[in-house]
Amino acid sequence: MNWRLSGDNLFKTIATILAASAGFILFITAYTLLTGSTPILQRFGLYFFTGTQWNPVPGREIFGALPYLLGTLVTSGIALLVGVPISIGIAIFLVEMAPRTLRVPISYLVELLAAVPSVIYGLWGLFILRFWILDYIEVPLSNYLGWIPAFSGTPFGLDVFTAGVILAIMIIPTVSSVSREVIQAVPDSIREGAYSIGATKWEVVRHWVLSYGRSGIFGAVILGLGRAVGETMAVTMVIGNAIGPAAIPTSFFKPSQTMSSLIANGFLEATPASLELPAYLGVGLILLLLGLSINVVAHVMVTRVLKIKGGAVE
Amino acid sequence: MDNYAYRKFKNRIFFVLSFICVIVAVIPLLSILFEVVVRGAPQLSLGFLTSLSSEGGIGPAIQGTLILIGLTSLIGIPVGIMSGVYLAEYGNNRFATWMRTFNDLLTEFPSIVVGITVFTILVLSIGSFSAIAGAIALSFMLIPIVARTTEESLKLVPNSVREASLALGVHKWRTTVSVILPAAKSGLITGTLLAVARIAGETAPLIMTILGNQNFFLGFAQPMDALPLRIWRNALQPSAAVQAQGWGAALVLILIVLGLNIGVRLASRGRLR
Repeated sequence: MNWRLSGDNLFKTIATILAASAGFILFITAYTLLTGSTPILQRFGLYFFTGTQWNPVPGREIFGALPYLLGTLVTSGIALLVGVPISIGIAIFLVEMAPRTLRVPISYLVELLAAVPSVIYGLWGLFILRFWILDYIEVPLSNYLGWIPAFSGTPFGLDVFTAGVILAIMIIPTVSSVSREVIQAVPDSIREGAYSIGATKWEVVRHWVLSYGRSGIFGAVILGLGRAVGETMAVTMVIGNAIGPAAIPTSFFKPSQTMSSLIANGFLEATPASLELPAYLGVGLILLLLGLSINVVAHVMVTRVLKIKGGAVE
Repeated sequence: MDNYAYRKFKNRIFFVLSFICVIVAVIPLLSILFEVVVRGAPQLSLGFLTSLSSEGGIGPAIQGTLILIGLTSLIGIPVGIMSGVYLAEYGNNRFATWMRTFNDLLTEFPSIVVGITVFTILVLSIGSFSAIAGAIALSFMLIPIVARTTEESLKLVPNSVREASLALGVHKWRTTVSVILPAAKSGLITGTLLAVARIAGETAPLIMTILGNQNFFLGFAQPMDALPLRIWRNALQPSAAVQAQGWGAALVLILIVLGLNIGVRLASRGRLR
């Protein structure tokens, strides 16, 4: 190769190096968290993933991340249960039902939800949503259904359920906009075929459009799950911040903690020399692995579906 | 035909239900905007915007957020754009496919993970929280978004434009810089500003990088305040007056973020499609 210093070569080299930044960021994050949490993994081993105690007091240190892993999974689960039907409803409305003039303003409003900073969701959740949920959902549910373990405890408003609802609101823009693209990618010939045998609009959506776009919508849901799992500030402000075994989300109306809120709350108080810092890095590592694997699945599903569309258009 | 009437009725029901979904999603947005304006607006005054937090103002927080936006853009935008240029113009190989996937993954990265990473590699080794660490953490989040939008807007430039320039004997790098990038200008600016607006409200990575500060800017290697941090800290204080300052700060932040967002979208409307 006779590589020589020319504008073209120089430009390409710089661009290549800078393009590698994505790999660099990913690598340095994984490397830092892995090496940083090694002490904790060596000391506690499997207990770190299955234990429930969290005590940073020197001499009696013990760190188990299970309650926070469960907290993350339960709040994200609530977010999906509440947020996904609404998001798919919005996507169906925008593509199949809405009058043309309403489409742009509505999709714009829904996208604005994604632009609101997470800390403002938290502020709103702490001072407004919390009381709506307490008065209109939690108190009635606990009065009538309090005998069910999932609804037990005294509702306070700062708990697993409120955190789940605020996450549901935050994933709506992601899930609805990706499902909208997926539904739009369903070929019109499918719809025309269905109409021609006499189906109503709803039947077309229900039996043809949704089943054709099934895997893409599933990808959108997983993408929403990824957002919910990684979300920090809004959850931190409304989840009530329990610690140790008390943080295990056994009831919807109970303060708990997610992995990200645990880090946001406790990280600054950790003394660098102690084992507490490695413990937080270890929780970060679990969060990273969970987030990455969810997003890899979502990425594969969504691109596979939308690629079909690209091929059909060209 | 009874069955037909029933099916039409069902159709109507689901039309209404899907519209209710839209309403349910829009209510929180309107409520957030309403509450932020109603509770934040009474706070606004020149003194509130410029004085120290010990005097009941959010001057350092506003200054800090602006410095952060500036520094982050300075680091993140050039790297992101060049990275996007590579992906669009030279990106027909396995390395680029990987980087594209990494960028996609990074745009959905848990932001707090970026925060603790930068804390461990920068703050711990330097021994102090700093404005620079905050800007680097935010750049880690900005670069992938800018890279993706740059690639997408460059791909919208027709190949014939590239070929025309190359046919005139212009070097490839010169073609990219003087022909392709200007042709994709409006998409680039829109995408970049939207990315900056998204980064400006980030809080989690700032907690363990810039820490917060009662004073105005003390230097790039010193702790600094920022609006999202100030909102978070004030919201958790018991004093109603301090909480009210938090709402004021929220109004300022939402004006910056939504102002950028809406402004950019309005300005680019019609030009993009």
